Order: sequence, then C-alpha cells, then structure tokens
Amino acid sequence: MNTPLLSVKDLTVQFRTAKGPITAVDGIDLTLERGEVLGIIGESGSGKSVTMRALLRILPEAKTTISGNLLLDGKDALSLKGRDLASYRGGDVSMVFQEPATALDPVYTIGTQIAETVRRHRKVSRKDAQARALEMLELVRIPSPASRLGNYPHEMSGGMRQRAMIALALAAGPKLLLADEPTTALDATVQIQVILLLRELQKEMGMATIFVTHDVGVAAEISDRIAVMYAGRIVETGTAADVLKNPKHPYTQGLLSSTVQGAKPGAPIKAIPGMPPDLAQMPPGCAFAPRCPLATSTCQAAVPDLRTQGAARRVACVKVEEIA
Amino acid sequence: MTVSEITLPTTQPTRSQGYWSNVWHKLLRDRVSVACMIVLALIILSAIFAPLLTSYDPAVGSVVQRLKPPFTEGYILGTDELGRDMLTRLLYGGRMSLIMGILPVLLALVIGGTLGTVAGFVGGWTNTIIMRATDVVFAFPSILLAVAIAGALGSGLLNALIALTVVLIPPMVRVTESATTQVRSLDFVEAARASGAGGLTIIRVHILGNILAPVVVYATSLLSVAIIMSAGLSFIGLGAKPPTPEWGLMLNTLRSAIYSQPLIAALPGVFIFAVSLSFNLLSDGLRSAMDMS
Repeated sequence: MNTPLLSVKDLTVQFRTAKGPITAVDGIDLTLERGEVLGIIGESGSGKSVTMRALLRILPEAKTTISGNLLLDGKDALSLKGRDLASYRGGDVSMVFQEPATALDPVYTIGTQIAETVRRHRKVSRKDAQARALEMLELVRIPSPASRLGNYPHEMSGGMRQRAMIALALAAGPKLLLADEPTTALDATVQIQVILLLRELQKEMGMATIFVTHDVGVAAEISDRIAVMYAGRIVETGTAADVLKNPKHPYTQGLLSSTVQGAKPGAPIKAIPGMPPDLAQMPPGCAFAPRCPLATSTCQAAVPDLRTQGAARRVACVKVEEIA
Repeated sequence: MTVSEITLPTTQPTRSQGYWSNVWHKLLRDRVSVACMIVLALIILSAIFAPLLTSYDPAVGSVVQRLKPPFTEGYILGTDELGRDMLTRLLYGGRMSLIMGILPVLLALVIGGTLGTVAGFVGGWTNTIIMRATDVVFAFPSILLAVAIAGALGSGLLNALIALTVVLIPPMVRVTESATTQVRSLDFVEAARASGAGGLTIIRVHILGNILAPVVVYATSLLSVAIIMSAGLSFIGLGAKPPTPEWGLMLNTLRSAIYSQPLIAALPGVFIFAVSLSFNLLSDGLRSAMDMS
C-alpha cells in the first residue's frame, strides 16, 4: 500500500495565555493522498485556520504547543528546524491567505515578490526567477502578465491580487497547497473564477490541496473529501458527495440546513441555536451537545470517538445509528 | 466551463513607476518642499564649495575692518568683531553646523533604528528592556540632557556629537519600535514566513521596506532639532572652539555687537533658522508625498 502524502495523527494545538492554556485544535487525524482535495468546513473559531497554520508550522513557537504526529511525504514536519523548516514552508507546503490585499507586501512589485520566493527555494539567477514569475502569472491567467509583473499590489483588483497570491504560493512547486478561505474576501463573481482557477491548477499541477471554507457551496464545488470541524475537533469526514448529501452528525446537518443554497425563496433559514463554546471553557463530553437537538445525558459523559460508518466515512456522534 | 473561457476585463495596466520616483514626483509638485530643497541645496553646496566662492580666510581678520555693515566695499555681508569677512565665516561655518546637525541624526537613525526594530520585532522581554531603558533617557528634557552629557564629557566637537547622538536615539527607537510593531502583525509578514523566509530576511525585506517611509520622515524632522541643539551647544561653549567658524559659536562671539551692528549679529541666526525651518517643512512635504493611498 502506498503511503499517503500527508498523515496527521492526534494533532493538538494549545495556546499558552495568561489565563492558562487554550486548546484550539484537539487531537485531529487527517490523511491526504497525492492530488487529493480535502475541504474543511466549520464556523468561525472552529480551529480551521489554526490547523492550517499548524500544518505549515507558522504558529509562533513561543506561545503555542503542538503535539501529535505530522508526516508529509514521510518527513516528520513537527521536528523540522532552521534551514529544513524554511524549505518546508513554501517549498513543500504553501498557503494562500484569506485577504490578498494585506498578505502581499505593499512596497514591492508582484514580480519582485514572486521572484524572491522562487530564489528562496531554488538556486536560480535573478533573471531566471523573474522568468519563472512571468510563467506563474501566465499560469494563473492574469491578463498582460508581463506588465503586471511590475505592478504594486494596490494597483491591482481584488481578484487579480488573489491570482497573484496563488501564483506566489505555487511558485516553488509545493506538494501540498493550503488555501485558507481564499475566496471569502472577494466579490461573489470573482469567487467563482478563483475557485475554478484553483481547481484547474490543482488538476494541472497535481498538488494535494486542503481548502478551508465556511461556505458549504464552495466546499462542494472543489473538494473530493470533506472534514467538518467543530470546536477544534473533526466531527465528521467522508467523501464530499456523502457528507453533503447525507450528513450524519447533527452539527453537519445544522450547517447544511442553514445555507441559502437550495432553500425555497422566502422560507426562513434555519440557524443552529446558540453559540460555539468558549475554547477556554469547553463543555464536558461532546462539544456540540449544548446546541444539539438530539442531545441526552450520554452525550455529556465523554467526548465521542470518530467511528467508522461505511467506506471512508467517520462520524463523532453517539447517536449516529439513530440518525441513520 | 473552464477558467480560460472567462474573459477578464483587459484594461491595459499602466506601467507603474518605482515607489521612490513616485515620491520624488509628488515632492516636486509641492511648492514649499521645492523651495526648502532649493534653500538647503544652496546652503549645503556653498558650504562645500566655500573656498571657490570666497578668497578670504575664515580665521584671519583685519583689525581696521571690524564690524563693517553689510554691503561694505569688499565685504558683501560685512565683517565680524575681529574684522573677518562674515560671508566667508558663514559659508565655512555651515560646514561645521551642518555636519553637527546631520551626523548625530544619521548615527541615531542607525543605532536607534536597529534597537527599535529589534525591540518591535522580537517583542517580549527584549522589548521591555530596550523600551524602558529608552524611557529613562526620555525622562530628561532633551536640550538639558545634551548639555549635561557634553558638559560631563568636556567641551569639544566629538563630545558634542556624542551628546547629540545619545539625545536623539530614544525618539528614534520609539518611532521605529511602534512602526515595526504595527508592520509585524500584518498578514504579509506571516505570508513571508509561510513562504519560508527567516527572521532576518523578514526584518531586512519586509519590515525595513515598510517602516522606511515613516522613519525617514521622522529623521528629517529631527534634523531641524539637531541643527538648533548643536548650535546651542556651541553657543554655550560646549561645541566648536574659536576660531573655528560655526553658526552657534558665531552667535555667541557677536553678542557684544548686538547694539552696534544688530544685522551682523543676527546673520548666523538667520542661517540656523533657514536651515532648521527648511528641514522641518521638507519633512512635512515628505510625509504627504510618501502617503501612498
């Protein structure tokens, strides 16, 4: 059996704060095959972005504790240091940020920034790096790429900037691309273009992708598999079609019924009652129990395990048999 | 539907000029800044090329020609209390006064800028130590501190230079620290780290690139303060020594002539005022020219 590209076991991220440690990601398991697209969905504060930053090892080390196992292509990413860590970030794994307007440095041109990243990971001349930058801008379908190389970020539109950001992330040819809500800051029409672009690039270049979003429609559009996160834990995973058509966890069901997609015009949108729990004061047992319509006392007894439900499907709910 | 089928608006992007050439063009459109640059250029160039502009020796006077009013035959700006040509002394004096104004600011920019960047970027204890040490120096009025340090080290140009540098470092640290702290928390710093940049690269490329504008503006405004303070130190005898021509010192030695030749006595002050004001207004012009948005 071939080994998966990414294998995450029991990944836990704790932030050390003045009020004691806060567990932002609580023992999550993930595997990702080469060329596979995983969508992570969940509300704000469910630990999606923290998971991404932990995978890329860019959380500030002084304030965070990361434990568990993180293997990328057989390499133990959590033990990397110094030069190896620098080549891991951006070289093996890279990230597309949510807000391209602030994630690009305003005082350098797009071409300079891409070339700088290329030169950080490949021993090439300045001229070759510029050529690579041009190639990347062509790849992300930026019109008149040669003159765009000399543009500053503020001279470009939002969609254009996000394309440039994608070009920057892919410049060093990463094996794994992390996209942290890359369309959230964009206009609706531009969102679709960027998603289609990402999907095409992913097929062309074959890198595995983890796509974080709170937009179920976006996740459905791009993902092979989906993981649903709630309060730092994965509550349900499976193929995109399975999870979205036949959600088993009450949280996933709530999330899906609270979108406008497919809803009848004029019909009220069902929102999940209550708020996500405060990570500093997690409820005992299932974190979703206080908001769950099906919760009973057994839910508060222990944190439910992710249990296998058919092929490639796992759900963390004690009542999953009743639901199905 | 594939992406390539979607037609994007194909407005031809305008070729962008570099940031600094953009700033330069904006600066040239501001009349006050242009006037200041002309004044400063005239004074600086004439100080540099003083030997070509005048045939007098700044240290040698003629006793019979003491305190001649301006526009006297042979002495365009008159003579001082020892019969030396005022224009010559003012031009030569500009050398010392400008060096004593600019050099401490440059030194403070390098030392204070480094400390401030490190404090802002590293944060934590390093920040606390550097910033609290800065606060201690800040507790004294700057001119008083300069006088105290120069006085303790003994008079002389080098000691005045050290005193001015020490006084100018704390404000420089504060400005760079606050600029760095702001830039450090921006997304592109995290994005740079995500693309594999190390701490030093991030400081050199992304932090310095982004704090340069406000720090340069601030340093320019400090120039006007430094010119006045260095003249002040020389005036009270802690800087240049006679017969070295220096504007502050000239103000002091011409004090006795203030009733007989007030115009002559005021001339060094006019130069100090012109240079200081020009630097100040130029820093205002730079500030608005560097405002990108």
